[in-house]
Amino acid sequence: MPIQVRIPSVLRRQTDGAESVALEAKTLGELLDGLESRYEGLRGKLRGPRGEIRRFVNIYVNDNDVRLLDGSTTPVADGDEVTIIPAVAGG
Amino acid sequence: MNYVRGLQCRECRAAYPVSPRAICEECFGPLEVTYDYEALRRESGPGSIVARGRSMWRYRELLPVEGAEILGLEVGYTPLVRATRLAERLGVDNLFIKNDAVNFPTLSFKDRVVSVALTKAREFGMTTVGCASTGNLANAVAAQGVRHGFDTCVLVPEDLEAAKIVGTTVYGARLVGVRGDYDQVNRLCSQIADRFGWGIVNVNLRPFYGEGSKTVGFEIAEQSGWKRPANLVCCMAGGSLLTKIGKAFDELALLGWIEGPKTKLYGAQATGCNPIVTAVKDGTGEIRPVKARTIARSLAIGNPADGHYAARAIKESGGWAEDVTDAEMVDGIRLLAETEGIFTETAGGVTVAAARKLIASGRIPRDQTTVLVITGNGLKTTDALASTAPVYPVIEPRLDAFERAIECTGRVSPGVPPSSGRIREDVLLSSGRSAPAAPLSSGRAL
Repeated sequence: MPIQVRIPSVLRRQTDGAESVALEAKTLGELLDGLESRYEGLRGKLRGPRGEIRRFVNIYVNDNDVRLLDGSTTPVADGDEVTIIPAVAGG
Repeated sequence: MNYVRGLQCRECRAAYPVSPRAICEECFGPLEVTYDYEALRRESGPGSIVARGRSMWRYRELLPVEGAEILGLEVGYTPLVRATRLAERLGVDNLFIKNDAVNFPTLSFKDRVVSVALTKAREFGMTTVGCASTGNLANAVAAQGVRHGFDTCVLVPEDLEAAKIVGTTVYGARLVGVRGDYDQVNRLCSQIADRFGWGIVNVNLRPFYGEGSKTVGFEIAEQSGWKRPANLVCCMAGGSLLTKIGKAFDELALLGWIEGPKTKLYGAQATGCNPIVTAVKDGTGEIRPVKARTIARSLAIGNPADGHYAARAIKESGGWAEDVTDAEMVDGIRLLAETEGIFTETAGGVTVAAARKLIASGRIPRDQTTVLVITGNGLKTTDALASTAPVYPVIEPRLDAFERAIECTGRVSPGVPPSSGRIREDVLLSSGRSAPAAPLSSGRAL
């Protein structure tokens, strides 16, 4: 069972409209590599030149913000759900 | 007259038409409303403002509305109060309180941002509005959303203060409690806006919503005689309010409505949730998210997306940031109440306590004018004071009993524990400690 990546509407132009993409990987970094090679348009959107997750991109593995985990080296496993959400400021 | 040009990404400057969106498709950066300042400078001025109604909408040229219908015409224009007694206690010469604890209709500054957001929701033809909230925003969206005929759906962390829950459901708004903290609620709302196309005020209406916060700054400037204060202290959750107050002063200066040096902005957070203060103090300006742990629920945003801008605004203004413990915050609430007769919620306690520290450490010069922005009302967070419940006598309805009680408590200042006053041992004192949120007195008779 692969890992499901949920794509926000603001990025679906780059994923040919796909709301959810299934991929296999061992770490979040690998997963994003796989996502970017499938959809070239995503390259540079999620990560900066040094591979860092961009300031206004939040990524969650299951329910957890990867910035509170290990960022790109956060392990991922089959059955996990990875959600990409643009950062939205609070109220 | 309409001076709105459109939306622009704060990061990559990509331009977008006015529409319900908050995020740049190119870089995910936040979008901001842009105005035609040249035309504004030519065609508007303080002279055209003064004759208007006393509400935040007297500055409508500087707000992002394009239609004729304004929702919430009564919101704002709260008092700017000279705080002499508090100034004396804090050791400064000139101190003022901008008192949004009495904002209309729901007693917090959030009434301002919601008024703008709902005006835009109506312009965009939306029929359902909602928000993710730590409480004050929930109240404001519920009251104004229902009043203006929207279907209203509000999402909050499930363990919110009772007063903020009641202050949402009483209007008939749909309330959904979420098992999780504010950051998780906010994330869910982001997905809801994506899926349902509702007007979530702090998500897809955010560029407009945020502009409502500027009116705090416009009012402070006007109420100070079209001047900006030397220093301003404001609490920070996401940090947007402080940033927008700075923007308000900058806009007025750009338009030539005010002169003088920039206001130094000082940000206040609770120690249990202080990512912006940390970013200011460590000099990086980069936000490292935290798990929020504080009783100041309205400030408990662990991953503030605008935090970076707040840190930058503070730094560029020459100000500073400070955090305070929950105990210091409660002291701050009491201090403001005892000196100025203003009962603020936990967030306001943070502002007062942080100001006290910033003055004591010399960060805020004692001889300059300082404004404290008080954003919410203490009646919504009485639980915060439960651990220091007041102690007072309860008597039989007889004059002699009253005389005895007064003799015993006459020299006790309000808020001072009985051990430091002159209390006779035979007088029974009552404490509300055992029943938070219940009436404070449950004591026995003399």
